[in-house]
Amino acid sequence: MSKIFETPLYPYQRSADQDASQPVRHPVIVIGAGPIGLGAAIDLAQQDVPVLVLDDNDKVSWGSRAICFAKRPLEILDRLGCGDPMVDKGVVWNTGKVFFDERQVYGFNLLPEEGHRRPAFINLQQYYFELYLYERLRELEAEGKPVQIRGGNKVVSVTPKDDYVALTVDTPDGPYQLETDWLIACDGAGSPTRAMMGLDFIGRVFEDNFLIADVVMKADFPTERWFWFDPPFNRNQSALLHKQPDDVWRIDLQLGWDIDKEEEKKPENVIPRLKAMLGPDVEFDLEWVSIYTFQCRRMEKFRHGRVIFAGDAAHQVSPFGARGANSGLQDTDNLIWKLKLVMDGKAPESLLDTYDWERVYGADENILNSSRSTDFITPKSEVSRQFRDAVLDLSETYEFARPFVNSGRLSVPCTYDGSPLNGPDAAGLPVRTRPGSPAVDAPVSGGWLLDRLGDKFQLLAINTEVPANLEEGGIAIEGLSLSTGDDPSGALKDRYLGKAASAVYLMRPDQHVAARWTAYDETAVRAALNTATGRA
Amino acid sequence: MAHLNTSANIAGPDDFYAELLATHEGLSKAESDALNARLILLLANHIGDRAVLTEALAAAAHAPGGDKA
Ligand SMILES: Cc1cc2nc3c(=O)[nH]c(=O)nc-3n(C[C@H](O)[C@H](O)[C@H](O)COP(=O)(O)OP(=O)(O)OC[C@H]3O[C@@H](n4cnc5c(N)ncnc54)[C@H](O)[C@@H]3O)c2cc1C
Repeated sequence: MSKIFETPLYPYQRSADQDASQPVRHPVIVIGAGPIGLGAAIDLAQQDVPVLVLDDNDKVSWGSRAICFAKRPLEILDRLGCGDPMVDKGVVWNTGKVFFDERQVYGFNLLPEEGHRRPAFINLQQYYFELYLYERLRELEAEGKPVQIRGGNKVVSVTPKDDYVALTVDTPDGPYQLETDWLIACDGAGSPTRAMMGLDFIGRVFEDNFLIADVVMKADFPTERWFWFDPPFNRNQSALLHKQPDDVWRIDLQLGWDIDKEEEKKPENVIPRLKAMLGPDVEFDLEWVSIYTFQCRRMEKFRHGRVIFAGDAAHQVSPFGARGANSGLQDTDNLIWKLKLVMDGKAPESLLDTYDWERVYGADENILNSSRSTDFITPKSEVSRQFRDAVLDLSETYEFARPFVNSGRLSVPCTYDGSPLNGPDAAGLPVRTRPGSPAVDAPVSGGWLLDRLGDKFQLLAINTEVPANLEEGGIAIEGLSLSTGDDPSGALKDRYLGKAASAVYLMRPDQHVAARWTAYDETAVRAALNTATGRA
Repeated sequence: MAHLNTSANIAGPDDFYAELLATHEGLSKAESDALNARLILLLANHIGDRAVLTEALAAAAHAPGGDKA
């Protein structure tokens, strides 16, 4: 049986654009059909913005790569119409164990907060993740939405012009030219677009190698995340064991810097390592083996005129903390509504610079967290190792030391504190829903709050009235009034009212809070909308 | 806001000092270093106050003999 990631999904087909006498101009072209490019294309197509996706390949991710997807991206996927297949297939886990040397030092249960539609995270192979995104894109296409994907289309030149971008695309039938009003580069960490435009990608290289082996085994290891520091089967290094669907387990073994990658990848070298880790009697098959190194870095700016970078093309982090694909989806979540407003002439082009502001802020947060995890996992000096080992030793007996143990801080959504799009805040409302925050889910009248938010500006009113429809400079604001009667669990009150009797939230199309008040004030709402769309 | 207490605060300083050294007695350099690291973490957690900890780190770094930071 061939694996999903070996099966062509969108093989090269000749397109009419290749026979046109003049280069055909598209409104938006996305380079790359990885998770981020697919996410961008679905978002655009859902909003009826014509989009063309080009990928030099025609399959999903080779091997799994990302496995851990956090709650915020799952919520974004709900808005994109493909959260369900991911969560249905994914493995939900809450417990973890930490081992140091030969012993377990402690276990934890992440006990997710009640009252959210989606779990804190799921594990799912990246190839499934991409497959479900791809299927969603095809579903939109079948519904008549303006989206196309072209496999075997390799972008080989990118030339920004004053008000469009010219591309050369190589295909099995030879090269052809295209033009686009806007280009979204989601072409991965090695981004050829970035290189072709001569742009920087600065950061820190971590001199380390990790062996990933995805193995299929029927063994009844529990659905937990196991992390080893300095185990007997991988001395002075770390190891990770984590479950994925279909009895596939992710094993991640740190190897150090001075190794021969080709040698280490050979099954005759991999299998003894795995046997030492799993025990001699456990039977397993290798699904995929790879060796990776990583860097923590980002582009100085994500927007370069009409070329906008997203996902790994714009920023790269270590895998510890699962922040790569998770943060990339937050990029396009942030970008697409802004791009649509600009394309529709309802907001100035400078609104796109706030994509840069907000997502650079997010990337810096991720790079900081991911660098800190890496420094804990791989101490860079003798004293850093002493403190690391001291933390691990103490954590076995003392609860206080456990929060210091850093085997990856799992991705949490970014709050855009200080963003130029943020409007007024009101004293006394809960901190977690302050302007710049992503909306926090809550059960409301038989459904979920987040299912009622997104894709447009909305006024969320709690225990007060707001108009059902309002318009400001061509942008509609829809009213959504809820009351204590819709809030049986009290979660809405906890998360949005605090001690206040009523509240009004201006929500952005990406479900982030733009501004909030304790009572409705039309003039203030109109002003905040203008601020939130870069028109103030 | 609380500040780092740098006036004498331990009753029986000679006793404490002797106890500190006794705790290290017979340990190799590596074992002593590890013990010191554990001790710092325990004490830091007991203090808890982030501002006081920052003051303590600065005071240790800038004390005579340590002025490299
Ligand atoms: C071991 C490992 C574990 C990871 N674990 C996690 C995790 O648990 N959670 C998480 O969120 N992230 C994780 N990541 C990161 C995650 O895999 C990446 O962040 C994610 O794949 C980035 O998606 P992307 O769409 O930006 O880029 P990519 O997935 O790299 O996709 C880029 C696409 O662009 C195409 N392309 C490139 N050049 C051209 C060209 N010239 N013309 C046309 N097409 C082109 C490629 O074919 C490819 O399809 C992990 C990564 C690794 C290596």
